[in-house]
Amino acid sequence: MTSIATITTPARRRKLVGAGRRQWIGLLYVAPAVALVVVFFIIPLCMTAWMSLHNWPLMGAHSFIGLDNYWAILRDNRFWNALRFTGYYTVVVTIAIFAVAFPLALFIERPRPLTGFYRTSFFMPAVIGFASASLLWSWLLNVDAGLFSPAAFELGLTEKKVNLLATFQPAFWSIIAMVVWKVAGFTMIILMTGLQSIPPDLQEAAMIDGAGPLARFRAITLPLMRRTLALALILSVAGSVLAFDQFYIILRGGPRNQTLTAVYWIFNQSFVSFKLGYGAALSMVLLVILVALSLIQLRLLRQPEGID
Amino acid sequence: MAQARSRKSRIGTQIAEHATGIIASLLFLAPIVWTVLSAFKPAQEARKPPLPPWPTTGFSIENYATLNTFGDGLWLPAQNSIYVSVMTVVLSVIVGVLAGYGFSRFRFPLKNLLFVVILSTIMIPFQSILTPIFLVLTKIGLHNTLTGLVCVYVTLQLPFSIFMMRNAFDAVPREIEEAARMDGANNVTMLLRVMLPLVWPGIVTIALFAFLGAWNEFLAALVLMTDQSKFTLPIMMTALQSGRFGAIDWGAVQAGVTVMMVPCLVLFLLLQRFYIRGLMAGAVK
Repeated sequence: MTSIATITTPARRRKLVGAGRRQWIGLLYVAPAVALVVVFFIIPLCMTAWMSLHNWPLMGAHSFIGLDNYWAILRDNRFWNALRFTGYYTVVVTIAIFAVAFPLALFIERPRPLTGFYRTSFFMPAVIGFASASLLWSWLLNVDAGLFSPAAFELGLTEKKVNLLATFQPAFWSIIAMVVWKVAGFTMIILMTGLQSIPPDLQEAAMIDGAGPLARFRAITLPLMRRTLALALILSVAGSVLAFDQFYIILRGGPRNQTLTAVYWIFNQSFVSFKLGYGAALSMVLLVILVALSLIQLRLLRQPEGID
Repeated sequence: MAQARSRKSRIGTQIAEHATGIIASLLFLAPIVWTVLSAFKPAQEARKPPLPPWPTTGFSIENYATLNTFGDGLWLPAQNSIYVSVMTVVLSVIVGVLAGYGFSRFRFPLKNLLFVVILSTIMIPFQSILTPIFLVLTKIGLHNTLTGLVCVYVTLQLPFSIFMMRNAFDAVPREIEEAARMDGANNVTMLLRVMLPLVWPGIVTIALFAFLGAWNEFLAALVLMTDQSKFTLPIMMTALQSGRFGAIDWGAVQAGVTVMMVPCLVLFLLLQRFYIRGLMAGAVK
């Protein structure tokens, strides 16, 4: 794509200069998109910043309170707990996703019979929504009508049906399993594009030089797909930091509010307690974290792919 | 002798590899298959653990009938979901094609700034601006309407749609356009008659992503649609699963999840290469 764009640039410049005022029509073509982004993105974004400086109940007048909401956040232990849990979840789930997706990517990257079938099967859970997947797993994880506890009981692995969602550890790892099932195929495809961009003769040359599979992986595969790895990593991290659906649908933040994520806490403050101003201040904190992550992403992606 | 042994070991490796592949595939497919099969059990059987997953006491669509008795039934939220998804597809395509064409073929003031601003909205999580979106929708009289939800979804899809469409238009050689212009085509006929047939793979890609995005979206629909008659399928099913309509009927949940999954799976299987194309475009960017 990029190469085509660069090749046509000189021709375009000549053409554009010649066409003169007709170029203004371009504004008309992009106007609907710009209008949507302004009304449903830029204005709400500015309003979030503005509202965060107010005491803003759902009903009744709002009043300007300066930075009070932000001072309140500093003392809001439950928000920091939610943020800490979100961070913990993000690290664990990202490692788990990569641990599954990387072997899968290596597996499907080599052409062999049935590769298409394998790739499609691994990817299927990625196209259903997080809400559908969460509903599905909330059934599978149910202690009475579900699959896992009754199956373990029937097989004699447990003495009675264990409620997986009643305590933190099994509940947390159930969510990790569900998310890995749902997302690994997606990460796999991203990693596969990186693997395919490595010239095969490089691997062959290394093989002739006597490098084993592990050495080749470390010396060629990993460095050459640094950019792809960074992209997959960032997509996984950003998605996990914003996690909400699975914790809301399967666990409702429980057991004992131990799995409230940052977005979940903002949702509770804004749409359950209707503290809109405070919710906006929390949103600003989340927003700063995400933008910081995006800037790190741009940093990582800007480094050219290749051997230094 | 040595050759025969190496061939034998190669066959052994192949069998091991395919065994791994098939087991892994089954693990990924199992939850989906399990649900779809269990949904066809009679209501009595569906309440018990799904062992085995397939119906043992006769094939039945009772669960779908039960699902239809909760709240406003199955058809209303399904209709809402279909309306929201189809409208999101139509508007995303129209707005994306127009903007992609504009950004690819014209030079106008602020062009680069506008393009960067639209693309950089993917950096901002929409979760953090939902409250003001709610207030904006109220202000323009679209709160609690499916149309309002469509506007939000189209906006969320825009960075991807515009990026894809601009690339698609960039890839069309200038000569084709110049030839058409010689023949007297104006901007509109140019776009509709000359360009569209050349960029349709890009259009299918953005339509597919728009559909899946709108059909599956949860948080915005949960926050913005407060009236039960406006619930989309994920919201209605979550209400059911949380016991909002009384005792939880897991048979109905299986049926509902099946209804939510099947369109995504069918569309993906039919249009797989367009989906992968979209992912690649995003990844290569």
